[in-house]
Amino acid sequence: MIRLEHVSKVYKTSSRPALDNVSVEIAKGEFVFLIGPSGSGKSTFLRLLLREEVPSKGRVYVSNFDVAKMSRRRVPRLRQSIGCVFQDFRLLTAKTVAENVAFALEVIGKPRNTIVKVVPEVLQLVGLDGKADRMPHELSGGEQQRVAIARAFVNRPLVLLADEPTGNLDPDTSQDIMLLLERINRTGTTVLMATHDHSIVDSMRRRVVELDNGRIIRDDARGVYGVGR
Amino acid sequence: MRTSFVFSEVVTGLRRNVTMTIAMVLTTAISLFLFGVGLLVVNMVGKMQDDYLGQLEVAVMLTNDISSNDKDCTQEPCRGLRTDLETMSGVDTVVFENREKGYERFQKIFEAQPELVKLARPEAIPAMFRVKLEDPERSDVIVQEFNGKAGVKNVDDQSQDLDRLFGFLNGVRDAALALALLQAAAALLLISNTIQVSAFTRRTEVGIMRLVGATRWYTQLPFLIEAVVAGVIGAIAAIGLLVVTKVFLLNRVLGELFSSNIIPEVSMVEILFLAPVLVGVAILISALTGYVTLRLYVRL
Repeated sequence: MIRLEHVSKVYKTSSRPALDNVSVEIAKGEFVFLIGPSGSGKSTFLRLLLREEVPSKGRVYVSNFDVAKMSRRRVPRLRQSIGCVFQDFRLLTAKTVAENVAFALEVIGKPRNTIVKVVPEVLQLVGLDGKADRMPHELSGGEQQRVAIARAFVNRPLVLLADEPTGNLDPDTSQDIMLLLERINRTGTTVLMATHDHSIVDSMRRRVVELDNGRIIRDDARGVYGVGR
Repeated sequence: MRTSFVFSEVVTGLRRNVTMTIAMVLTTAISLFLFGVGLLVVNMVGKMQDDYLGQLEVAVMLTNDISSNDKDCTQEPCRGLRTDLETMSGVDTVVFENREKGYERFQKIFEAQPELVKLARPEAIPAMFRVKLEDPERSDVIVQEFNGKAGVKNVDDQSQDLDRLFGFLNGVRDAALALALLQAAAALLLISNTIQVSAFTRRTEVGIMRLVGATRWYTQLPFLIEAVVAGVIGAIAAIGLLVVTKVFLLNRVLGELFSSNIIPEVSMVEILFLAPVLVGVAILISALTGYVTLRLYVRL
C-alpha cells in the first residue's frame, strides 16, 4: 500500500537531510507507528506521502500512485485516497459537526444525496451520533478529534495518516481515540500514525518504525516505544 | 450541489471582507464610468463629424467692389474666379450668393435678435461663393489658392471652427480614458489585494480542501467568482452613474443644444448598448486579475 525506495529529502534551507535513504514497505491493512524524536523526519515522511513535498531522491508509492513522479493534476486523486488527522484537529469553527464532515465531500464534488446518507453513518461510527448539530467549540477535545477522524474517514480512504492525534488529549481520551483508530483499521484501512506517546505504542503492540536523524533505526513487527526511554 | 457550495463560499467571502469589497466595487465603478464616458464621447464626435462635415462649406468672400457692382457674377474678375473654383479638383458645388441674398440669409439667421438685424446694413455683407467640397477635410487647399487673389476679400473656412470643437471633445475623451486607466490600475490592485486577504482569512478551509483532494479549480473558483461578482456590481453601478449623469447633468446643461440638434444627444439606447460592453470588460479584467493573483501570490 505504501512503499518508499531509497528516499532522501533535503530542504533548501538545511544542509542535513530530513530523510536519508529511507526504504520501507507497509502492506494493505497494517497499523504502523512512526516514532522518533522531534526533527527525526516523521513529518517529512507523512508530507511525502501526501505529495506536500517531493523527494530529492528515491521513489514513493501510495496505492497505485507513483507519488514523486505524478503530474500536479492527479494530486487531488491521490489525496482523495488518503485521510488525514492532526494534533490540532483543524476543524472549521463556523461549521457544525455534520457540516465539517460534509465539507470534505462537498469540495470534491460528491452529490448531495450521497452526503446526506454517509455523514450520519460515519458520525455514528466515531461515536458522535446525536451531536451532528453541535459547533466544534461546544465539544471536548476528544470529541473534536472524533469529528476530525470522521472527516478523514468519510470518503473511505485506503490510508489514514495520523500526525500525533493524541498529542493534545489526556490519557483516557487518548485510549478512546486509539480504539477508534483500531476500529477503522479493522475495516481494512491502512493506518500510519506518527506519535511520541510511549504508553499508547507500548500497549498496542503494533508494528513500530523508528526514525532518527532521517534514518530508519528500527522496524519491529510488534514493537514498544523503546527500551530505556 | 457544486454550484450551491461555490455560491455560499462566495457570499461568505464577500461578507467577511465587506469594507474591502465596497472599495473594490467603487473603484471598479468609477473606472468603468470614466471608460464609458470616453466611449460615449468617441461616439458623439463620430456622429457630429458625419452630421457637420456633410454641410460644411468654404465661403470665398468677395471684395466690396464686386459685391456692389456685379450682382450676377457676369463680369471679371468674378466670372473668372467662379470658373477657377468650378474647375478645381475636389470641388463639389459652387453657389454664388450676391449681397442681397446674403442679407436675406443674415436676417433669417438672426431673426431672434431684431436689434442686431436693425444695426446691420446690407453694405456690410459681402457677396460670396459658397463652395462644397467632396472631401470637407481638404478645405485648406482652397484657402491657400484663393486667399489674396484679385477680387477675393478673404476665405472663411468653417471647418476650422469645427476643428476647435472637435479638439475640445477629443480632449475630454482622452482625459476620461486616461483617468479611467488610472482608476483601472487602482481597481486591479484592490482586486488583487482583496483576493489575497480573502485567501488568507480562509486558509484553514483552503488547507482542508487541499488535504481532502479538492481540485485546484475547486479551491480557487470561489475566490475568482468573488472578484468577478464585485466587478459586475461595479459595472452595474457604473451604468447607473452614466444614466444619472445623463438625466441630471447632461439633459439639464446641454438640453437645448440636444433639442436643437447642435450636439447629437447621448441617448439612453446608447448607454444601454454600452452596458454589456462595460459588464464584459469588468468580468474579463477581474477574472484575469484574480487568476494571475491566485497563480502568482497565493499558494493554494
